Amino acid sequence: MKNVIHIIKKEFLQFKRDPKMFGIILVSPVLQLILLGYAATLDVKIVHTLVFDQDRSELSKDYIKRFENSGFFSIDYYATDYNQVTEQINDGDIIVAIVIPNDFEKKIQRHETAKVQLLFNGSDGNTASIVAGYISNITGKFSQNLFPDYFNVNGGRIIPSAQITPVIRIWYNPSLQTRNFMVPGIVGLLLSNITLILASLAIVKEKEVGTLEQLMVTPIKPFELMIGKMIPFIILGFAAVIIVITAMTFIFNIPVRGNIFFLLFASFLYVLSTLGFGLLVSTISHTQQQAMMISIFGIMIPMVYLSGFAFPIENMPKIIQAVSYVIPLRYFITIIRGVILKGLGFTDLWIEASVLFVMGISILLLSSLRFRKKLG
Amino acid sequence: MEAIIKIKSLKKSYDDIKAVKDISLEVYEGEMFGLVGPDGAGKTTTIRILCGLLKPESGSVKIFEKDIIKNKKEIQNQIGYLSQKFSLYGDLSIDENIEFFADIHGVKDYQQRRDELLEFTRLKPFRNRIAEKLSGGMKQKLALACSLIHKPKIIFLDEPTTGVDPVSRRDFWKILSGLIKEKITIVLTTPYLDEAERCNRVALMNKGEIISLDTPNKIKQALEKEIIEIVCTKIREAYKLIRDEIGFEVQMFGDRINVIINNIEKDYPKIEKALKEHSVEILNYRKITPSLENIFIHLVRKAG
Repeated sequence: MKNVIHIIKKEFLQFKRDPKMFGIILVSPVLQLILLGYAATLDVKIVHTLVFDQDRSELSKDYIKRFENSGFFSIDYYATDYNQVTEQINDGDIIVAIVIPNDFEKKIQRHETAKVQLLFNGSDGNTASIVAGYISNITGKFSQNLFPDYFNVNGGRIIPSAQITPVIRIWYNPSLQTRNFMVPGIVGLLLSNITLILASLAIVKEKEVGTLEQLMVTPIKPFELMIGKMIPFIILGFAAVIIVITAMTFIFNIPVRGNIFFLLFASFLYVLSTLGFGLLVSTISHTQQQAMMISIFGIMIPMVYLSGFAFPIENMPKIIQAVSYVIPLRYFITIIRGVILKGLGFTDLWIEASVLFVMGISILLLSSLRFRKKLG
Repeated sequence: MEAIIKIKSLKKSYDDIKAVKDISLEVYEGEMFGLVGPDGAGKTTTIRILCGLLKPESGSVKIFEKDIIKNKKEIQNQIGYLSQKFSLYGDLSIDENIEFFADIHGVKDYQQRRDELLEFTRLKPFRNRIAEKLSGGMKQKLALACSLIHKPKIIFLDEPTTGVDPVSRRDFWKILSGLIKEKITIVLTTPYLDEAERCNRVALMNKGEIISLDTPNKIKQALEKEIIEIVCTKIREAYKLIRDEIGFEVQMFGDRINVIINNIEKDYPKIEKALKEHSVEILNYRKITPSLENIFIHLVRKAG
């Protein structure tokens, strides 16, 4: 076991000599946090809008005012003819064009249904559908308010009728921010990066330089070498996780609601799989470049896409959903979001934790057998 | 003399290439043993099997009377290995590299030994330098120092001087002679026949086989022929003439040719006559003692 410590000592000495690598390990969590926390957002905050008001009436102005007051819409253009509308949509400057017909006020006063045309730039379908939601919400409220006005004017009585008002409370992410969904997932990404890519690179480097062969002529045993190479990356991985959790709490106000120790324990279970994959990559690649390509394109990218990190698994086709069951990151992401956002613990997440444990042990075991065979 | 390494009918192939074909040899304690031959002769494969890096296909290897496969780690604690390619940690200093190898060999008080080795290899002034930044010769000396830190009984050197400049090569050989005085057994591979002459015993290898195994002198004596060295004009023409028309074995070395003949008095006049007939002018000729290179080329040709 002493040999393991010698390897770890050497590994940290090498980290110290390679400040770039150390930089990557410390800076990448922060960078990923900033990118995913600020840039990778699906929220629609400012809707660039064009208004083509053909009616120019009191009522139509009131209607437009509602959009301005909502805080989401920025009315960038007032068009005077239809060509301008198509032009702006084609240029991509606006997301939606609101076209109010010239009989808007008249029809309403005649108690007829007035139609408003909405033209969307649907190249980003997600944004368009969110904006459509906003608009029907505003329009709905606007037409609701027309009723009392109508009765006031006509001096009639409002006939009371039963109404259903949904009282909406959103749990876990009350402000409905994409950030709260994305940022906790970074814990999973970083752990994978460090324990899969960096660990496999570190092993392949020894192979490439020839030091692995040199080590094999010493009394050191393959499993001692393996453990000695892995532990430093587990330590670095956990350091990165702690940096992310701290930054998440203080920069984005997303505290860990559940038990942080359970989260760390689950991280350890997850790391068993990624280290196993890292080891596997190191046994099939001969150069660091190969290891990099295989671990990024062969493992990391499919894992991230199929884990539910960015895209909800429920929306995927059935076959792909089935594939996602063999992705360890899937279970880890569920645990991360569960612990951080929902405050869940072992009693709720023990199935995921056990799957991670079983997967991790099997992957690691198979890979280390292969590693031993390759070295022996 | 006691055999410290015993190899019996060792075979190893890579796919359908037979790298080592049934070789047997013994290395005695305290000697410098050379595996000599061109690239692809099977030298590196043999030395890697001896170090436990490769598994033999068949045959047995015993080191210190123990089987290399069954007692690999035990044996590896008492041997040192220097691979063909520089294979130390380029980002660690000389001191740190030696310390690391001392650690994994379980050498506790390595400081004094390290100082000795640095003194011995004259690397002391550079001890804090990063290994990457050393010259080729210095790297090789550092690698040797690392493989000696645990006082191995045998060291295996795989082409230790290939790609090293002539001055460093001389230096390196001086260090090796020093090791022999310390009773360390040295097994090395080399493609250079001048280096082979400095070994106690050599195995000449070609295409996975040992074509001769003895002390350099005895190998040379085994050739019961004479060699004359001829310096002449039109050297290529002369070479073909002697080979094809007279039928002697000829070896070309730059501006001169060596002819292997049975008897100088009887055979030289034939050569002289033939060359004169084709207006090749002989500038100089003399009888020489055969070098290992002569023998090696001779044996390889004989084997076909």
